[in-house]
Amino acid sequence: MFESCADPSQLEGLNWFLCYLTSGKHMLFYTSFLVVMALMVITAPIALMFGFGGALAARSHVAPLRWLGKGYTAMVRGVPDIIFFLFVPVAMDQGLEYLRNLYKCPPTDAPIWANNEFNVCAAAKLPLSTSPQFWHEAYGFALAVIAFSIVFGAFAANVLYGAMNAVPRAQLETAEAYGMSPKQVRRRILIPQMWTYALPGLSNLWLILIKATPLLFLLGVEDIVYWARELGSTKSAIYDYPHPDWRVWYFLVLLFYYLGMTRISEIYLGRLSARLSRGQATMAGEAMRKAGA
Amino acid sequence: MSCVDIIADYGLRSLGIGERLLPRSDFTLCHQFTLIGSGLIWNLYFGVLALAFGFFMATGLALAKAAENPLLRKPAEWFIFVFRGSPLFIQFFLAYEALVLLPKAGIDVFGITIHTAWTTKAWAGALFVLFLNTSAYAAEIFYGALRSVPKGDLEAADAYGFTGWKKFRKVVWPTMLRLAWPAYTNEAIFLFHATTLVYFSGFPAFQQRGDALYYAKFFADKTFNPFIPYPIAAFYFVCLTLALIAVFGVINRRLNRHLPGASRPKLKVRPQIIR
Repeated sequence: MFESCADPSQLEGLNWFLCYLTSGKHMLFYTSFLVVMALMVITAPIALMFGFGGALAARSHVAPLRWLGKGYTAMVRGVPDIIFFLFVPVAMDQGLEYLRNLYKCPPTDAPIWANNEFNVCAAAKLPLSTSPQFWHEAYGFALAVIAFSIVFGAFAANVLYGAMNAVPRAQLETAEAYGMSPKQVRRRILIPQMWTYALPGLSNLWLILIKATPLLFLLGVEDIVYWARELGSTKSAIYDYPHPDWRVWYFLVLLFYYLGMTRISEIYLGRLSARLSRGQATMAGEAMRKAGA
Repeated sequence: MSCVDIIADYGLRSLGIGERLLPRSDFTLCHQFTLIGSGLIWNLYFGVLALAFGFFMATGLALAKAAENPLLRKPAEWFIFVFRGSPLFIQFFLAYEALVLLPKAGIDVFGITIHTAWTTKAWAGALFVLFLNTSAYAAEIFYGALRSVPKGDLEAADAYGFTGWKKFRKVVWPTMLRLAWPAYTNEAIFLFHATTLVYFSGFPAFQQRGDALYYAKFFADKTFNPFIPYPIAAFYFVCLTLALIAVFGVINRRLNRHLPGASRPKLKVRPQIIR
């Protein structure tokens, strides 16, 4: 990074630290914070979409669709989420490779799951073993996004389902009295009005999503936990910057990072909640009206 | 090898009783059910003890947070914020790395050596973290309930001349528990789910004695087939969840036994807490 860092063994004190903290590996560590934030920013809208679909399906009049929606929301109740995080990426990966195997590989008699192995030909592998390292990492990240989206989509579906039921019946009846079709009622009244009821649950979900991001490490993505373990472990004299076991300090940094994220989110979500309560027939909206009057 | 033999060999494998080596090939359904079920003993151990100890700590913390005195209130607020605001996964790692740094030979205090090696073991270290974590979550629930104890109840206690401990024991505490119980049931369920993180977060599984998910992952890695072990683990946890709801439901009925039937709150499980 700096010119003066060319020979680490000559450095001392503050200079040593400055050079240590700007070494190439540390730059990767800092980038991994962006990876974590990218995961949250990408997952949140996708999960919300899944949740929306799930909630609308659970309200549907078509029985199979309703069962599907209810089943999806019930999925997360009894089972630890981490099981899904371990299961979904492997299952997705194998499912995709199996499908590619069907039309990319020469037909063989050998079964795909046999002798404790998963056998598909090289052409069906995802990503191809010849593709650059970047694609391998991007693929792993994409699988993680899908796993997170499915799990958080189920949580969100639950919240949105509750919120849709919480919209006062009178408002929907008014819309019906104006001659709106069920579709119009849903689009013009139900969905705009439900946000104020959904927000507490959704804010909670966002905070939970922040706290679920270290599980990326379990999925093999090189995230902040991975780098904290790598960089913090004891470095002997053969490394440029030898140091004893510093993992506890690295994890302390992560702890403060997460506490900071939580605090900032809480402040912004508080503001958003105030914005959405304006003019609503709820306790918060009523309190605002009285304060203004 | 019949299934009964397998259960005899591996049923208590997670405690180190029975066969020493894990199966290497020919993984039958029976193997998977037995070993994953055996791992569930650890989930129960962590969950039950953390919940039992955490209950008292949480009551204390909730009272401290509701206290007027900032010397009591501030530390409780910070404790709750730190443990609720950060991922359990990071807390496990941090605790493990901190415990590893303790001197190996033990600490000498006035000539008495305090051994430290056992603290890095999962049964102690992870239990301690889970205990603190569930205390913080439950304390927040109890605090919320404490603040919604009806004013009339407190006035009635005053009218009877109850003060201090007696007022707390006879009026405030039972009402607080009654109000908090549905949310606390949720907390208990998700605490049990959180115990699956232990063996993925730094704490090593001594001689491959792990929890249910540890063995599920073992099978998934060995057979390259995630479609059997994970649903088995999921099945066990669904059963555990149902059992928890039953137990907490009995307590809930007992707590609300003085209320007329219709106004008794029902337990409703809401999936909302991951850590």
